[in-house]
Amino acid sequence: MTETTGPHETAGLITPEIRQWIGRSDAPQRLEVTRRDIVKYAIATQQRLDKYRRGDEAPPMFLFNAHQPLVDLEALRPDGLTVDPLLPALPLTRVMAGGVTNRYHRPVRAGDVLVLTRTLTDIYEKQGASGPLIFVTYAVRVETEAGELVMEETRRRIFR
Amino acid sequence: MPTLSTVTVGTHLDERTHEPSMVSLFLYNAAIWNPHRIHFDADYTTRIEKHPGIVVDGPLQGDWLSQAVTEWLGDDGELVEFEYSNRRAAYLGEPLRAGGEVVEVDRHTGTVTLQIYVKNADDTVISPGRAVVRLAR
Repeated sequence: MTETTGPHETAGLITPEIRQWIGRSDAPQRLEVTRRDIVKYAIATQQRLDKYRRGDEAPPMFLFNAHQPLVDLEALRPDGLTVDPLLPALPLTRVMAGGVTNRYHRPVRAGDVLVLTRTLTDIYEKQGASGPLIFVTYAVRVETEAGELVMEETRRRIFR
Repeated sequence: MPTLSTVTVGTHLDERTHEPSMVSLFLYNAAIWNPHRIHFDADYTTRIEKHPGIVVDGPLQGDWLSQAVTEWLGDDGELVEFEYSNRRAAYLGEPLRAGGEVVEVDRHTGTVTLQIYVKNADDTVISPGRAVVRLAR
């Protein structure tokens, strides 16, 4: 579910050069879903259902961030975050999580081998209460290694 | 466990209070491999990024929203769509509540739409959301 681009009557922060990045994708990431990783996640999020606590099935938000390539420590910024390879340098740098829209085709289970691919789908500017904001949306497609569609995520980040 | 024949618009999901700790926030961020210091480094978060305290992750609130739905759903239902937005920051130490209600029942497609929320101590919705589930008949 993509948001429509807002009117460009604001500070003009999104140049055509920046918009050219739309459509770029990360290299697909292969993920072996383990019972132990599900249990760790279930403990940290205080899940109460047995299927999650045993690690049989992964909770619906388990794959959040699972698309990320694992980069070395030197690639981390001072704030801990990685430079996003799908984004050019933006004039606003403080990042906030915007939210997520997920469509599920089947639950994720221990033993699944998944392939996750993230694509930049939109960058636009909006005027916020205390200044301009840049909205960035990504699509993450999750399939099994055999090509079965598991989940589709639209992910939003806000730069201020 | 809700079924298509028994569910009604206006049914409220049980509300649950979430009070993450410094340790649980650290473990959550480790589990999702997120090294952003605003979730575990109080000095950095307040002094450099000028937040009033350690920031509770937006997607963690998203997870709580998903729990409100999955606990209500039971074993015979399936989650079809799930979305939320983080509208306002929340900080370590403030109690947060997740809940929701049934807003639409479609007996033809067998789906139910839920409106879900995370509220802070002021009763402000800081993360609104929506879920579509398929129920057994």
